[in-house]
Amino acid sequence: MPGEMPGPAPDQRMRPDGRRNTQGIRVDPEAEATHEPRMAVLSALVKHEPGVLSEVSSLFSRRQFNIESLTVGATTNDGTARMTIVIEEPEPGVQQAKKQLRKLIPVIEVEELESAAMRRELALIKVAGDKPDDVQAVAGMYGGDAVDASTDAVTVEITGSKQKIDAAIEAFEQFDVLEIVRTGAAALERGSKTMHSTTMESDN
Amino acid sequence: MSERASIPKRDPEDVPERESGIETVESGSEAIIASLEQAGVDHAFGVQGGAIMPVYDALYDSSIRHITMAHEQGAAHAADAYGIVTGEPGLAMATSGPGATNLITGLADAAMDSDPMIALTGQVATDFVGNDAFQETDTTGITMPVTKANYFADHSDTVGDDVSEAFALAEKGRQGPTLVDLPKDITKGATDQWPKPPETPDTHDEPVQADASAVETATRALEAADRPLILAGGGVIKGEANDELRSFAHEYEIPVITTMPGLGTFPETDELSLGMAGMHGTGAANMAVTNCDVLLGVGTRFDDRLTGGVDTFAPDAEVIHIDIDPAEISKNIEADHPLIGDAERVLEQIDDAMTDTPEADQWREQCQTWTEEYPLDYEMPDDEPLKPQYVVETFDELADDDAIVTTGVGQHQMWAAQFWTYEYPRTWVSSNGLGTMGYGVPSAIGAKIGAPDTEVVAFDGDGSFLMTMQELSVAVRENLDITYVVLNNEAIGMVRQWQDGFYEGRRMASEYPWVPEFDKLAEAFGARGFRLEDPEDVEETIQAAREYDGPAVIDAIIDPAENVFPMVPSGGDNGLFALNEQHLEMI
Repeated sequence: MPGEMPGPAPDQRMRPDGRRNTQGIRVDPEAEATHEPRMAVLSALVKHEPGVLSEVSSLFSRRQFNIESLTVGATTNDGTARMTIVIEEPEPGVQQAKKQLRKLIPVIEVEELESAAMRRELALIKVAGDKPDDVQAVAGMYGGDAVDASTDAVTVEITGSKQKIDAAIEAFEQFDVLEIVRTGAAALERGSKTMHSTTMESDN
Repeated sequence: MSERASIPKRDPEDVPERESGIETVESGSEAIIASLEQAGVDHAFGVQGGAIMPVYDALYDSSIRHITMAHEQGAAHAADAYGIVTGEPGLAMATSGPGATNLITGLADAAMDSDPMIALTGQVATDFVGNDAFQETDTTGITMPVTKANYFADHSDTVGDDVSEAFALAEKGRQGPTLVDLPKDITKGATDQWPKPPETPDTHDEPVQADASAVETATRALEAADRPLILAGGGVIKGEANDELRSFAHEYEIPVITTMPGLGTFPETDELSLGMAGMHGTGAANMAVTNCDVLLGVGTRFDDRLTGGVDTFAPDAEVIHIDIDPAEISKNIEADHPLIGDAERVLEQIDDAMTDTPEADQWREQCQTWTEEYPLDYEMPDDEPLKPQYVVETFDELADDDAIVTTGVGQHQMWAAQFWTYEYPRTWVSSNGLGTMGYGVPSAIGAKIGAPDTEVVAFDGDGSFLMTMQELSVAVRENLDITYVVLNNEAIGMVRQWQDGFYEGRRMASEYPWVPEFDKLAEAFGARGFRLEDPEDVEETIQAAREYDGPAVIDAIIDPAENVFPMVPSGGDNGLFALNEQHLEMI
């Protein structure tokens, strides 16, 4: 038959005992460790130049990393910006995302923040109605404030962890919510710990 | 056939007397060319056009020799192949819009195979950018995922520096393609800024030495191995670690398998060589990788065509992975011992740390048994039909030992990988990762320009050849001594093979009812054409084509029923490779 090659058939060959899981990790078939997705907060120091945001977002989309939020902002150094990226991935995915991110030429440094890191999000909630005092009272329970009021609508701002903002939005459902906008997380490590490069550059 | 009076061919001795190069800079374009000359660029492959004209104008006074290609895709593949054979970035040039988009396949190809390459694209003037001007396209946006880095030049004073940085990035660390997009006002604009020398930006990591403690644990694992195996990838060639790898394997008597881009890292004539592993690899290589207990992977990204299903890849093996790119470590196969660094240097580190040779006599005997049990073989009829494997084997016997082989993509590529014996690095020039049909014709041009004194043989398929054959006009014009062999089965053979194996023989859009006569086509282009049908004529035809001083095309009419084996189906178990159609049903 065309192309046929000599040699023992597949069922007559030596076979190894082991196997790997879908992530290429050798596993004990008896107790296979599967990696559950987890939330990870990555903080990246990047060059402040056009196209960086698009490079980073394109990377996450083409490599199919599950992105929860992404925020960018200036730093004290004109030449650099800081991105906070929250992803939900199994452990190997988190590690791969960090490595791929670091590989981009405009990326200076990448760090995964500890789970104890300070994380803050901001939400603006616009509710209908003419009872600004009631709205202010609910906002106060979440440390928020009314920032705008007109005859038929009130807008409040809430800052805090994702959980706190989720809870606040739920609480505001007693009013007629017209619009909500919320940011992704901005995060920093607790204590005096900083990203190495930030310290270096601000010392200059 | 009418005899054309004379084809104006380039006499290799007749190199036009150009200026010795750019000495002072007056425009952005001159800064670009000065940057390239300073980086040591000798050749450019490209196609002219409106937005790139100022750069070409500066090339007029340059020492860089430009090869005008028929199509920008051809320019990209030629530059890529030039990069493979020389180790230095190949230069591709194109205009804006369609010129730039035509480069993309070549950029993606270079990115997948980590080939050093730099592309310069023209762009509409800055004032027009974003206005959908004539021949405008968002080149940096489109090429972002297929380049290692790209640049949009925004000032005539710094455009030369952009090119220098792009050149350095293409060459240093893990090699790859870079691109600089050049708006016309920036290239025409006045500047007297001499470009900086090629240097990578400080954010670019170039790891050299691996972590000493990781080297230590990896070394202990290797010493203790009963069934050690070295997997040599394309990174060994890119990192110029061939000699180190060879002496390392010999010193510790460890059998070696290669990936497809790794062909030539380790001589296939060596007794420790088990050949190429993966989908169409040798039985011995696939048995060895499946059953080894320590696998030392060097400069490989554990691509799916190598691993098959990851669950059954080297399932008993502790993996030591040497790579210059941290992002390749544990991406597909978990590395028990990640060694991030330069391949040559890290092999030296392990060598220095080794105190013992793994005791693996039994394992080497086993590997030897597999080599004997699973030879790459084919049935040879007394007369027609002609077997493609026989054509490749015969050519290999006749060709120079260090001949360069380039290929298109498909069955012919696999036969060229299997039945040619690779002994030297940089002699296998192929589209390994992207699998670009049409890579063959232009890549042979780039290879021949890069290695003018080396024999260049291009195996192609009829399908692949039809995709880029217009580049034959360039081979004729440049009078390049290349032998093209079209293994013609009048089909997209690899697709047809899969249809027969996995789609119940429903041959949808894989067979050609008619293909041109490639020998006559070659003559029309001004090349020499040969038609080969009879196995008895193989040697004579190949010799005649080799002896012809210029491009020759052999249209080899091969057995259309011939398929590529051994075969590991996509996602399958390497140890269960099929040796024939029936095996495909068993596994």
